[in-house]
Amino acid sequence: MRLQEKLDLNVISPEQSKPRKKFKTEKWIPYLFILPSTLMVVAFLFYPIGTVFYYSLQNYNLAAPFYDSFAGFDNFIKIFTEDKFFFPSLLTTLKWVVSQVGLQLIFGMIAAILLNKTFKFRGLVRAAAFIPWAISGVLASVMWSLMYNEHMGVINDMLMRLGIIHENQAWLANNSTAFISVVIAELWRGIPFFAITLLASLQSIPEELYEAARVDGAGRWKSFIFVTIPQLKNTIILTTLLRVIWEFNNVDLIFNLTGGGPAGSTTTLTMYIAKQAIHGSNFGYGSALTVISFGILLTFAIVYLKITRFEREEG
Amino acid sequence: MNGAQKRLDKLFTFNIPILIMLMFTVFPLYWTINTAFKHEGDILKRPLQYVPASPTIENFVSAWTNVGFATYFKNSLIVGICTVVIVIILSILSGYALARYRFKGKRAFLLMLLCTQFIPRSMLIIPLFIVFKHLGLISHPLSLILTYAAVEIPFTTVLMNGFISNVPRELEEAAMIDGCNRMQALRYVIFPLLVPGIVATSVFTFIYTWNEFLLALMLTNQQGRFTLPVGLSYMMGEFNINYGALAAGSVIALIPAVILFSYAQKHLVNGLGGAVKG
Repeated sequence: MRLQEKLDLNVISPEQSKPRKKFKTEKWIPYLFILPSTLMVVAFLFYPIGTVFYYSLQNYNLAAPFYDSFAGFDNFIKIFTEDKFFFPSLLTTLKWVVSQVGLQLIFGMIAAILLNKTFKFRGLVRAAAFIPWAISGVLASVMWSLMYNEHMGVINDMLMRLGIIHENQAWLANNSTAFISVVIAELWRGIPFFAITLLASLQSIPEELYEAARVDGAGRWKSFIFVTIPQLKNTIILTTLLRVIWEFNNVDLIFNLTGGGPAGSTTTLTMYIAKQAIHGSNFGYGSALTVISFGILLTFAIVYLKITRFEREEG
Repeated sequence: MNGAQKRLDKLFTFNIPILIMLMFTVFPLYWTINTAFKHEGDILKRPLQYVPASPTIENFVSAWTNVGFATYFKNSLIVGICTVVIVIILSILSGYALARYRFKGKRAFLLMLLCTQFIPRSMLIIPLFIVFKHLGLISHPLSLILTYAAVEIPFTTVLMNGFISNVPRELEEAAMIDGCNRMQALRYVIFPLLVPGIVATSVFTFIYTWNEFLLALMLTNQQGRFTLPVGLSYMMGEFNINYGALAAGSVIALIPAVILFSYAQKHLVNGLGGAVKG
């Protein structure tokens, strides 16, 4: 090492190599380095979030500023007592999030286990199975709307050929099928996320644990329950939590496939907020809805982490 | 179990499930490509053509020239590239600070980054619209670039912190003893070793910007400024949908994301494994 040579030659002494003055200026460097990132995050994430709370207590209308005024809790009172879309949207949100996260977890787990085996063309099959993750919600909407289409859709065509249905169905416009149709399309895009994260953690489970289970006489199912699940516990808790937040907020497919209809049957709370934000005139009211949705998610996250006793691995 | 039983077992627990899975993921892609290559009249014709009878590229031509996909593509590209540049520079700096320094407020900074992951994105649409309205940046690419960068920086900072921590500290110290200052050491010693990590991070950031919809919808209201997702959505909402051009436009939008993703998906599994473990 050069340092050692220089020390040996007494060219510099250890004290000299770090002059006091330089040390003092160095102290500022980490703050200088994190400053731009911090500014960005504060200016475009934390500050806007803060203003939502402020606007929720206002009547705030960009188109008609002369009506702007302090509203107190009026917006909230109106939401809970007069708004006939609010409670149905909560129920739809619950159905949406539970079905999405539950089914994504189950199918993602199956996919991860399958893809963790060794087989020919594994790399290629993995890439193909993960592709929907990289595809935008809007693109997925286009793809599925082409397939669900009443007149030219391939799903009607296939089901008719199989004799399951006898006339064309308008899957996305029909009250009884719209919700499930959007759920399937979103599953297509959501399963790969679980498959990727679960596969990543599956790879880190030491093979010896499975061997030990086998020696103890555990079959495939038992080693899944007693080795795989406990080893994946933290990953599962964290991914499901992040996914709940994500699906709660995700409206790309709902927006583009059904627009929240028919008859509001696919309007989640976030979809309702998006509609308010885009078409509605009172940003104060939309902000109040946003604050409520934030409260719901925050409560959920805290309760969820408590009851699952999530432990952060150290190191 | 004898050989035949074993094969049967494998067929039902492995071959068939994986085939179903692949069919489910690949078919929608195939169907979109199939539709994109059909003549307009053929799309509605019964029986449906599972392979285009006479493939044509007219849909691609019309999507690119008449419907505006050239503009949407250009807008998405500008927003994506600018966001990636900002995100990479800022997250290298902040990742470096985290990896190489102990300083007061480090935990607070990390906690702040963690908090951002729990911010519901939909919470941002109204206040960000108001912020950019005041700044006069609605429909300006900067509104999307700044927003996307802010959304991505926390995660990429943590990633960069991981990549930089993997570079041995001695390399840098040696360079500094040889007369480099800290910035030069960062530029000439650390940076080249970070290239694979930077590429992976750029790919994920780019895909995010390429795909984001709700914020882009809220912050752009001129058709000339639409990004691809907003343009596609706008086209889906039209009264007379030109399905051929819509499918072709989708394929155009799909290509960059899929190419980048196939390149980076290996890093994804390994990188996430590291991130979850660490």
